[in-house]
Amino acid sequence: MSFDEIKNILREKFGEEIIVAEELTGLQPALVIHPERIAEVCLELRNNEHTYFDFLSSLSGVDYGVDENMFGVVYHLASIPYKTQLTLKVKKYHDRSRESLPSFPSVYDVWKTAEWHEREAFDLFGINFENHPDLRRILLPDDWDGYPLRKDYKVQEYYHGIKV
Amino acid sequence: MEMQNVNAPYKTRYEKLIAEAKATEMILNMGPQHPSTHGVLRLELITDGEIVKEVIPHVGYLHRCFEKHAENLTYQQTIPFADRMDYLASMNNSHAWVMGVERMLGLDKEIPKRIEYIRVLVCELNRIGSHLIALGTYGIDIGAFTPFLWCFRDREHIMNMLEWASGSRMLYNYIWVGGLFYDLPVGFEERCKEFVDYFKPKMKELNELLTENQIFISRTANVGILPLDVAINYGCSGPMLRASGLKWDLRRVDEYSAYPELEFDIPIGKGEMGTTGDCWDRFKVRIDEIEQSVKMIEQCLERLMKDLKRTPDFDPRAKLPKKIVPKAQDYYVRAESPRGELGYYFITDGKSEIPKRVKARAPSFNNLHVISEISRGVLIADLIAIIGSIDIVLGELDR
Repeated sequence: MSFDEIKNILREKFGEEIIVAEELTGLQPALVIHPERIAEVCLELRNNEHTYFDFLSSLSGVDYGVDENMFGVVYHLASIPYKTQLTLKVKKYHDRSRESLPSFPSVYDVWKTAEWHEREAFDLFGINFENHPDLRRILLPDDWDGYPLRKDYKVQEYYHGIKV
Repeated sequence: MEMQNVNAPYKTRYEKLIAEAKATEMILNMGPQHPSTHGVLRLELITDGEIVKEVIPHVGYLHRCFEKHAENLTYQQTIPFADRMDYLASMNNSHAWVMGVERMLGLDKEIPKRIEYIRVLVCELNRIGSHLIALGTYGIDIGAFTPFLWCFRDREHIMNMLEWASGSRMLYNYIWVGGLFYDLPVGFEERCKEFVDYFKPKMKELNELLTENQIFISRTANVGILPLDVAINYGCSGPMLRASGLKWDLRRVDEYSAYPELEFDIPIGKGEMGTTGDCWDRFKVRIDEIEQSVKMIEQCLERLMKDLKRTPDFDPRAKLPKKIVPKAQDYYVRAESPRGELGYYFITDGKSEIPKRVKARAPSFNNLHVISEISRGVLIADLIAIIGSIDIVLGELDR
């Protein structure tokens, strides 16, 4: 199934506004999806017998830099029977205030493997995932301060009296 | 979408599990200092006597900020860090990294055949070494000491050969963007051929000692059965996924490097001793993969000694780019490491020599996740068998 056919399937099912943008510059084209509806889109792409993306290769949190203040999540899907790959993205503006976190729907219900990947994105980027069953830090200690892979991250000076 | 808390009144599932453990159940910490957790892995078990009710893995003890490092170093400088992710299969790690960078630069079609074959040769040697550790330590987990020594004895030959080629025993930094550190040393191919002849009968011995051993079979068959649909949904890959009965090998699916020109089969689990996807199947798939790797090494050697022979003017660094600045793009590269699908996701801005974002998709990370699903209701002793059969490397899991 080609990239354009996948686009048509999504547009037919969810309406025109579901695909916010397309990124065709690189070697792997990507679809930017409406951030609130990513979980529904993923479920459809997994269940639709023409696409059948049953394997979530990777899920990465991204901080697009301090000028733009954009946060995003990138999904790399793979279909085992069709041997195809697809990249989906969601992006959202966030002002980096400490009171709230940028938030996206969790795709845990679609692929269980997303659970740990989303925990990692939460841990390192401070991205919240709605409806995630177990959103805790995974690689860093529970009481670590800040989100290390954010572009404006400053390392805390002391951690439990130990110089970092 | 409204926020619903599936775990109310608790914030996370973890809190709920711990708080709602019954008075007759015991919460037991296995690790981080435990020989059968294969490194610094901590498993929190909720047990009812000898029965494991729930396994909660805690990872991150070996977190070395790979992604943060990669965002501060050039592509070439990150190769040693990529080596240190999965320290048992460094060649495979750097191969995947280098492949990703080369494809972003559009270099991948220009790499000389001899270099591609050398890369595959060292990767497959490393895969054998990595699988030998997995098999040997698995024997120890189950209670068989001898196979461990045999495996390490044979792995030592591989270590020595790779040291000869690259200058270091485990962390090679041998595969570079656009080429290699050095060409193979003179006489390497012959020495490698000798090793293959020596090694083939050794695998037969190992099979007789361990794989077909009745005690071993009793401990591993029908234990930790991983059904195929669960494996796919949890993102398992590599021998884990193949043992559940799916022919899925990225070397064949993506046809990268010199693999399309090599002949090899993809071994899968068939449930010979129990059910498809049990611990014995995962063990057997690794044994069979060693056989296939030996086959590949023989084919590589034949070509390296005949039509791709070393010539005096051959320079493995000829195609090395002076400055690596890929144009602005996103790229996800995936390759088959001994543990499964190893992926790197790059975001580049087209201006600097440093990537904007790198994410490493480690196979062990996804493979370990499934453990809480497949070990509900097993005995504690069987849990040891399950951990060993997953073959995790904490260096890559925690990155």
